[in-house]
Amino acid sequence: MSLPDGWEMVVGLEVHTELKTNTKMFCGCANTFGAAPNTNVCPVCLGLPGSLPVLNVRAVELAMAIGTALHSTISPSTFHRKNYFYPDMPKDFQISQYDLPINAGGYLDLPDGSRVSIERAHLEEDTGKSTHLGGSGRIHDADRSLVDYNRSGVPLVEIVSGPDIRSSAQARTYAAELRGILIATGASDGRMEEGSMRIDANVSVRRTGEPFGTRCEIKNLNSLRSLVHAIDFEAARQVEMIEGGARVRQETRHWDENLGSTSTMRVKEEADDYRYFREPDLVDLVPDQAWQDRVRDGLKPMPAERRAVLTLRLADPAPALLDALEVVIDLGLDPFVVAALDAGVAPEPAIARAANEIASDLDGVDKLSVESYVATLLMEQRGELSATQSKTVLAEILANGGEPTSVAASKGFERLASGALGEVVAQLIEENPDEWSRYRSGDEKLAQFFIGQVMKLTSGQANGKEVIAELQARR
Amino acid sequence: MPELRREDVAHVAKLARLIMSDAELDMFTEQLGQVLDHASDMNALDLEGVVATAHPFGLINVVRDDVPRECLDHDVVMAMAPDAENGRFAVPRILGEAP
Repeated sequence: MSLPDGWEMVVGLEVHTELKTNTKMFCGCANTFGAAPNTNVCPVCLGLPGSLPVLNVRAVELAMAIGTALHSTISPSTFHRKNYFYPDMPKDFQISQYDLPINAGGYLDLPDGSRVSIERAHLEEDTGKSTHLGGSGRIHDADRSLVDYNRSGVPLVEIVSGPDIRSSAQARTYAAELRGILIATGASDGRMEEGSMRIDANVSVRRTGEPFGTRCEIKNLNSLRSLVHAIDFEAARQVEMIEGGARVRQETRHWDENLGSTSTMRVKEEADDYRYFREPDLVDLVPDQAWQDRVRDGLKPMPAERRAVLTLRLADPAPALLDALEVVIDLGLDPFVVAALDAGVAPEPAIARAANEIASDLDGVDKLSVESYVATLLMEQRGELSATQSKTVLAEILANGGEPTSVAASKGFERLASGALGEVVAQLIEENPDEWSRYRSGDEKLAQFFIGQVMKLTSGQANGKEVIAELQARR
Repeated sequence: MPELRREDVAHVAKLARLIMSDAELDMFTEQLGQVLDHASDMNALDLEGVVATAHPFGLINVVRDDVPRECLDHDVVMAMAPDAENGRFAVPRILGEAP
């Protein structure tokens, strides 16, 4: 979707990512998703009086890894209390970083060739999770809310981009590339549907070449799809307002995926009145060069580098193949593809089987070794497995483990022993003299009849081309 | 340092969800004003070249290992809740969304 001629949207994104640590940011409670409500809680994350926060070293290192990948300057930083009252935050303040974030500045280069600047990437703690009851289940007409503090105090990094994004497609590309980086650094599993990555979008519009307009902030977008739709809707709404003679009011808006529209959450009046002050229970964080170097040395290759490595090996790839390649890069499945290419597997199956079969059962990826992946694809390439059988073997290993040869055997996918096919064909010729004579006199359609019969007798293990070769040899 | 106004105190009280009578507002405006006056005495000192002190201790990088510790027992936690439902803290209707 695009705006009317002469209009341009200006978008900056704030991406919140939960860090994949064992424990919370300031206490030893487990950081897990899906535990029974209020079981991973302690005096610190419940905000009980007298409790004291102690910073999780792993959260710091993951934040430094994100900053390093985004070309930020890792800086001496401090923690502040952001004061506001809300039941999902039992301390009545959130510990965050304010004027001195751990990562300052930086940039992210996108696959489309554009560069988006990064203003900061700072550490903060997550809040508890509220469920609104009564009415429609939305906050506006709920009669009460239930709070689970398991998420309270889970470490987050908030990555704030500059206002450099000019289309919803670019916003999507940015979020997807950032997601790939978060996965590559080990900071996040990138599971947006579980809330481990949430996006706020600051959207304004202007006539091309004019100064920035008034922005609205759309909160808590939790899928790339919502991100694109919400930005497009909001930019169009603002253009319509301005063209109708109205003014955009700076406010926070809520995106309703079902209605496909944004609505006012609150007007920014006292919004900046959080009375930030230094968290007196935490000392400064000053990572020295040696610590920074250790984090940098521990980084795995980022998506851009892995994409370049793989793209170089594809001569004139079709767009569909490049789309499949993005899935592979995004999910970090490229070691499978690289090994398959190294072993001489053709690019199409090497990429497609990873982008389809492995991607559709990521929970089972630990059961499939790179060697098994390559072996399965080589069996397919040699004609020992049909494409369908090859996919079945991969799906079976992802589900239950095992080695390709034995899995293929257990599925009855063993290739017919040489000579066996000839015997089957000879037997069928003898049993079907009419069809055989019509085939001999030139009725090629009868080849399909014989292939069908062979498949029936061999439970689909024969290869059609080989059946025709056997028929030709006897013609 | 501009003088502390009564409406500043009323505003801060509102942000802190404190209900104050007129008499209390007068009292706290005077008391808080004295505290701020005392702090502003610092401005009389020549602090050129003195680095801002964030903390009385010279400590940096106080961290702990990422190792799980035992949490509170669920029953102990819920016993602290004024009201509970389905293992969660039940709170009255919330007006407005989180910032």
